[in-house]
Amino acid sequence: MHKTISQINERIRDGSARVVTAEEMPAIVAELGEQGALKEVDVVTTGTFGAMCSSGAFFNFGHAEPPIRMERIWLNNVEAYGGLAAVDTYIGATQQSDTREDEYGGAHVLEDLVAGKSVELRASSRGTDCYPRRTITTELLLENVNQAIMCNPRNAYQRYNAATNTTDRTLHTYMGTLLPGCGNVSYSGAGLLNPLSNDPHLRLIGSGVPIFLCGAQGMVVGEGTQHSPAGGFGTLMVTGDLKQMSQDYLRAATMTGYGVTLYVGLGIPLPVLDIDVVRATAVRDEDISVDILDYAVPSRSRPVLRKVNYAELRSGSIDLNGEEVKTSSLSSFRRARKVAAELKGWVEQGKMQLALPTRQIDPKKVSRPMHQSTRGPRVLDIMDRQVVSIREDEEIKTAAKKLLRGETNHLPVINAAGILVGIVTTFDISKAVANPGKAHLVKDIMKTKVITAKPEEAVDIAVQKLEQYNISALPVVDAEHRVLGILTAMNLGKLFGGRWLK
Amino acid sequence: MKLLVNFSRGKGRKPIIAQVVRDTGVLINVERAVIDSSEGEALIDVPDDQCKLVSDTMISLGAKVHILEHGVSLDESECVDCGACISICPREVFSFDRDWKLSLDEKRCVLCGKCVDACPSHALTLPV
Repeated sequence: MHKTISQINERIRDGSARVVTAEEMPAIVAELGEQGALKEVDVVTTGTFGAMCSSGAFFNFGHAEPPIRMERIWLNNVEAYGGLAAVDTYIGATQQSDTREDEYGGAHVLEDLVAGKSVELRASSRGTDCYPRRTITTELLLENVNQAIMCNPRNAYQRYNAATNTTDRTLHTYMGTLLPGCGNVSYSGAGLLNPLSNDPHLRLIGSGVPIFLCGAQGMVVGEGTQHSPAGGFGTLMVTGDLKQMSQDYLRAATMTGYGVTLYVGLGIPLPVLDIDVVRATAVRDEDISVDILDYAVPSRSRPVLRKVNYAELRSGSIDLNGEEVKTSSLSSFRRARKVAAELKGWVEQGKMQLALPTRQIDPKKVSRPMHQSTRGPRVLDIMDRQVVSIREDEEIKTAAKKLLRGETNHLPVINAAGILVGIVTTFDISKAVANPGKAHLVKDIMKTKVITAKPEEAVDIAVQKLEQYNISALPVVDAEHRVLGILTAMNLGKLFGGRWLK
Repeated sequence: MKLLVNFSRGKGRKPIIAQVVRDTGVLINVERAVIDSSEGEALIDVPDDQCKLVSDTMISLGAKVHILEHGVSLDESECVDCGACISICPREVFSFDRDWKLSLDEKRCVLCGKCVDACPSHALTLPV
């Protein structure tokens, strides 16, 4: 048995369509069987509500008198794109205010407009014969602009890897606050309600398909940026009329230490055409698994600590290396449910009919990492290879002499085998001299917890360490922890005016 | 009842909390404390009916006492029920109810403020 899209739309029009949410579907299939569910259910609605950074909106303001060709544009001091000529712009959700930093950004501009607040448009231009005006400042309500078209390049991630942190300090990431020592696990995604998880082969979701977008009727443009469905990470580009949107489903937010983002409510109704659709929409939280990544590693490829499914994540805690660790969601399951329920109401009441894609989205695509034609500077490119070090069993006085002679403030301390075991600074030595006590040897006063760099490491990572730990030098060590060099704030000067800036 | 106690350790470094426990016989639960060589701040929990006694005794020993009637507060119009706060809180103040709505057990709060920074929606604030 199978149904056609027109049969389903006919039922929607005459009010007889049976519409259920993706959360209800597994139980229906369990009760009626796949054939029974196919006969019974016409439409399954999905929903998700989470932080979707890659979002924004196009605006057309209409022409001013005299007219201006806006080249630099700000909305409430948040810069918008000025390369669309005359009176069009695009504002991105994560763009931060010039004056309020991460307290306010593009996402807040969008939410303020949707909430009926006025927003200040400020723009400048060099002035042309056809567009003589140089500057403009005006207060605008959403109703004052010709168009406000939300267009989000990357939304509705099929699923998202969970995050934890094995370091000994709190990390602030786009996955929220990650406590030290794997103190928590954060995750995002609506699991069984997620649109793409209910159509993983992208048979039903494609260009032109009607959707719920922040309370408005929108549609899928096509595949989203970084679309990588082969690995289970499909994304969608979506669009909808900002003027029809509701603050219930569009919220600005700030991830501390990361920046501004936009919470987007998005749902897609799926027509139950055949058995394959029944099977796909019967997906449960248990069936959708993601990796828990260690955000301690500041790299594109972060280590995977374990696999976990959404049922485990949603239970509130999971087992990580024998310890129970609490989980936190960054997306809202309650609002995802609200999206799916409201969409269900729309279809039941005949407010939205369904459509099949006018163009399919590639279900096998793989997103590749960036092609880098030039490599950024590495620690070994700028580190000092002439490093003065000292043995742990030498006298403090010797260390003082070495510091003076070496014209340095940091002495890596090594043991008899040449392995780095500590560090002493001029400060440590001054302290030992000022408060003479029992300490005579370097090992009595050295700091044993040494923050180090690796030779192949990017300089940016080393700089991050200097900043985070508020230190001014990093011994550079090999795999055996032997000292190869030292990177100090002085070495960073080599970056300026040198070949790395070309 | 929770009390925020501030004391300076200038003269004689009096063991204020220990002395109050001894003099009043009230068992004080120290929820969190920051004490250095010159001053200290402790958040303590005492039974409601003995709050005044403890507070008066603390004040007589030179401490400043502030009764904290409220824990962290949630602005429901800003909260989107994401749950970012749940795993951040060391005292399990936050949880989801059956409908995945965020619920808050204010009494458990020790005003550490960790959740305030972790909330993407700026929905949590500490009492002033």
